[in-house]
Amino acid sequence: MTPQSEAELADIIAAAKGPMSIRGGGTRGSSGEGDPLSVAGLSGVTLYEPGALTLVVQAGTPVEEVKKILAGENQRLAFEPMDHRGLLGTQGVPTMGGVFAANTSGPRRIQSGAARDFLLGVRFVDGRGDVLSNGGRVMKNVTGYDLVKLMAGAYGTLGVLSELSLKVLPMAEACGTVAVDVADLATAVAAMSVALGSPYDVTGAAYDPDAGTVFIRVEGFETSVAYRGEALLQALAKFGEARMTLGEGAALWEGIRDVAAFHDKPGDVWRISVKPSDAIVLAQTLGATALQFDWGGGLIWALMEEGTDLRARMNVPGHATLVRASAQTRGAIARFQPEPAPLAAISAGLRAQFDPRAILSPGLMG
Amino acid sequence: MEMPSPNPAILACKSRLVERLAKVLPADAVIEDEAETRAYECDALTAYKCPPLLAVLPRSTQEVSDVLRICHEEGVPVVPRGAGTSLAGGALPTADCVILGVARMNDVLETDYANRTIRVQTGRTNLSVSGAVEEEDFFYAPDPSSQLACAIAGNIAMNSGGAHCLKYGVTTNNLMGVTMVMMDGTVVEIGGAHLDAGGLDLLGVICGSEGQLGVVTEATLRILRKPEGARPVLIGYDSNEVAGACVSDIIKAGVLPVAIEFMDRPCIEACEAFAKAGYPMCEALLIIEVEGSEAEIDHQLRLITDIARSHNPVELREATDSDEAARIWLGRKSAFGAMGQINDYMCLDGTIPVTSLPHVLRRIGEMSKEFGLAVANVFHAGDGNMHPLILFDANKPGDLETCEAFGAEILKLCVEVGGCLTGEHGVGIEKRDLMLHQYRPADIEAQLRVKDVFDPKWLLNPAKVFPLSTTQSRRAPAMAAE
Ligand SMILES: Cc1cc2nc3c(=O)[nH]c(=O)nc-3n(C[C@H](O)[C@H](O)[C@H](O)COP(=O)(O)OP(=O)(O)OC[C@H]3O[C@@H](n4cnc5c(N)ncnc54)[C@H](O)[C@@H]3O)c2cc1C
Ligand SMILES: Cc1cc2nc3c(=O)[nH]c(=O)nc-3n(C[C@H](O)[C@H](O)[C@H](O)COP(=O)(O)OP(=O)(O)OC[C@H]3O[C@@H](n4cnc5c(N)ncnc54)[C@H](O)[C@@H]3O)c2cc1C
Repeated sequence: MTPQSEAELADIIAAAKGPMSIRGGGTRGSSGEGDPLSVAGLSGVTLYEPGALTLVVQAGTPVEEVKKILAGENQRLAFEPMDHRGLLGTQGVPTMGGVFAANTSGPRRIQSGAARDFLLGVRFVDGRGDVLSNGGRVMKNVTGYDLVKLMAGAYGTLGVLSELSLKVLPMAEACGTVAVDVADLATAVAAMSVALGSPYDVTGAAYDPDAGTVFIRVEGFETSVAYRGEALLQALAKFGEARMTLGEGAALWEGIRDVAAFHDKPGDVWRISVKPSDAIVLAQTLGATALQFDWGGGLIWALMEEGTDLRARMNVPGHATLVRASAQTRGAIARFQPEPAPLAAISAGLRAQFDPRAILSPGLMG
Repeated sequence: MEMPSPNPAILACKSRLVERLAKVLPADAVIEDEAETRAYECDALTAYKCPPLLAVLPRSTQEVSDVLRICHEEGVPVVPRGAGTSLAGGALPTADCVILGVARMNDVLETDYANRTIRVQTGRTNLSVSGAVEEEDFFYAPDPSSQLACAIAGNIAMNSGGAHCLKYGVTTNNLMGVTMVMMDGTVVEIGGAHLDAGGLDLLGVICGSEGQLGVVTEATLRILRKPEGARPVLIGYDSNEVAGACVSDIIKAGVLPVAIEFMDRPCIEACEAFAKAGYPMCEALLIIEVEGSEAEIDHQLRLITDIARSHNPVELREATDSDEAARIWLGRKSAFGAMGQINDYMCLDGTIPVTSLPHVLRRIGEMSKEFGLAVANVFHAGDGNMHPLILFDANKPGDLETCEAFGAEILKLCVEVGGCLTGEHGVGIEKRDLMLHQYRPADIEAQLRVKDVFDPKWLLNPAKVFPLSTTQSRRAPAMAAE
């Protein structure tokens, strides 16, 4: 079903007899079981005020369309949402609702924040079919509970997003990347830590073990990028051979964002979030076919032999999500990290409140 | 402001409660003497006062858990308290409640520069978190003006902001994990030194929940390396409209200052009389600060002053040294003190879309005449968070009520133009009864259901945030159970 308005969406959910699988563009491979319910019909920009850095869009609006409109005013989605299509081999058009429902953020997350940090307000339809709103369209708002954050990353299990208000930021005038060839992961993490702990406002810190290279990104005004890049070059020289490229970094960082290294490699794909320095011991125990590191080491992409339960090998705090796997593996291994009992009880309680009939992608998150 | 009448059954069980709490807390941590409980009778919204039944000052998560378990069993409401600087009455007691103060829990548990985090007990003051990492040139970014006094506990509960949040975000954007005790005594760990939640973003909903979902005892916070330098520029205009247009043009040009503060004429006059910072007398004054190396600062300030000049300022003053920088900030930083010198004042906190600035300031000016009370405006112009200060005389009968009515009209205006009731101070009791102007009943109900999950008996800070009429049926069973 593809409702064309929020009211129609609410009617469909109110009248639903069984589970529904909510999707925007169907590109992130994370919709639950049930009758497909597409939000793609709710599309379009409702309000855009570049001088106030705010944008209001319908949840089914394609991400590409939003990017294009923002680019017209030299602005952007600063949290750099990843495009899952290459990694999952999916087709379709990624939507804004899908981006926020999955709290999808890219390399710049370490500096500018996650998708959830840019979401100012939501309208959504809960599992009862009630249209609800929370937050607003202003940047500072502490009026009542922050259900906006709760909806971001809920993968549609608490409600179907119909409208989103978000904060946008100016596009950077220039981009520079410092690349450092390092001997091993420990050196890479140390180098990234120095860069992220510097005053040079680093907006990306990734490590590709196959190339043996750390990539550090700075963005901003041209003269400033040159200055900070140079300063980082000095600071990182002790970790290995270092060089800087100005401009033309877009393709490199898109590849890091979308985990291009795993695109046509067989195996399950896991996404792990840990304390950056913990990456070092964790990598040793995972037994992964291949690894990629972002967020200074705090975000680990692991390519694993099919059907491996990576969580059984986690020896540090954090969480792991099974992003790509066969239907059989997904049937055997939970997609999202199981929570400790008291938190699982809270999450279950919230789901029961927002979706008492358990029809919104039931079982997807626990 | 109406508060629920105290439950006589709870008042009657005071001695039993003291006895039980004394078993789990050190002797000096249970405060029952009426002279001493008075210290907790209000927060910074001093117009409302009520001593609690008891106050307790635990030193550990375990002690907090013991206290909550006992209060849960006894059906006694608990009001968590940090430093008591809330301007919304968030920490205001009822006569039948236990104040749970975390002020004695102020240790730094771990500083981790390599991973850029600090873990603290939440009774620690905001400024002393930055103080703890200063030696390595790091800082904790959210900087409420009350940062010398306010605690991380209150910052998390209110999702507090500060002058520099345009660049660094507010508390929720800098909070990575918490240890929280649920009303029944269960201790939960949420988040940590890693980024983002694995399941639902519970941390996101706890931050800003005003002490209604759990008592936060420890927090992991993001710390940042200090920028190489910072410098402000002061720009004066002869109309609010032009100042507003200047702000909008700067943002559109792609410059993102760390702070854009706005003061109107009444505020400039009061600050000038008080602090003698040498401000120009004009209709609107902007203080804009940028960060970076000397060269980066020069570059950004050049872009900003070029735009500012194109709007014909009556004054444009760049700081050439740290002395001048301090003088530019002096007046702004003493704004609240200045107002306190002239009068009693009420500080509002609504947010508006920055594009509505001229309209809203004009309407506030008109209303000021209608209500017969003066208003001065300070404003975080980059993000639309307004702080109108309404001046009144607490000794003049009826003046407080007029002031509150005027304040309510201003906040309704904020909502009308697409903004909200509170940008950083929280709802507390102050804006509780206005909530239905911003949210429809169903939207309020959705929030109440969240509290149902965390605190099914509605014992944690139950009389705040939501209009009492909307929470009556939920609070009633707690009363009846006694
Ligand atoms: C080759 C191939 C491989 C595949 N691999 C996998 C796989 O590994 N795992 C798998 O599960 N499926 C896989 N699929 C199936 C397919 O990708 C998904 O089942 C389906 O297309 C999901 O799309 P989506 O809605 O998640 O995408 P998106 O629209 O991007 O949505 C992302 C998430 O947000 C939710 N969402 C979207 N819009 C909203 C909204 N407005 N409000 C609330 N929530 C919203 C969705 O429920 C989903 O959880 C694969 C398909 C192909 C062809
Ligand atoms: C002069 C002045 C200037 C101010 N400037 C700013 C500003 O610039 N920005 C801003 O955002 N605010 C500002 N404030 C408001 C106030 O300082 C903040 O709201 C602050 O975060 C409150 O912290 P506190 O520790 O004093 O909390 P309290 O006043 O003690 O409590 C505030 C709320 O937090 C809850 N709470 C306290 N401890 C806990 C806990 N452990 N667990 C769960 N809930 C808890 C309480 O129940 C209450 O609802 C200012 C106040 C003053 C007096």
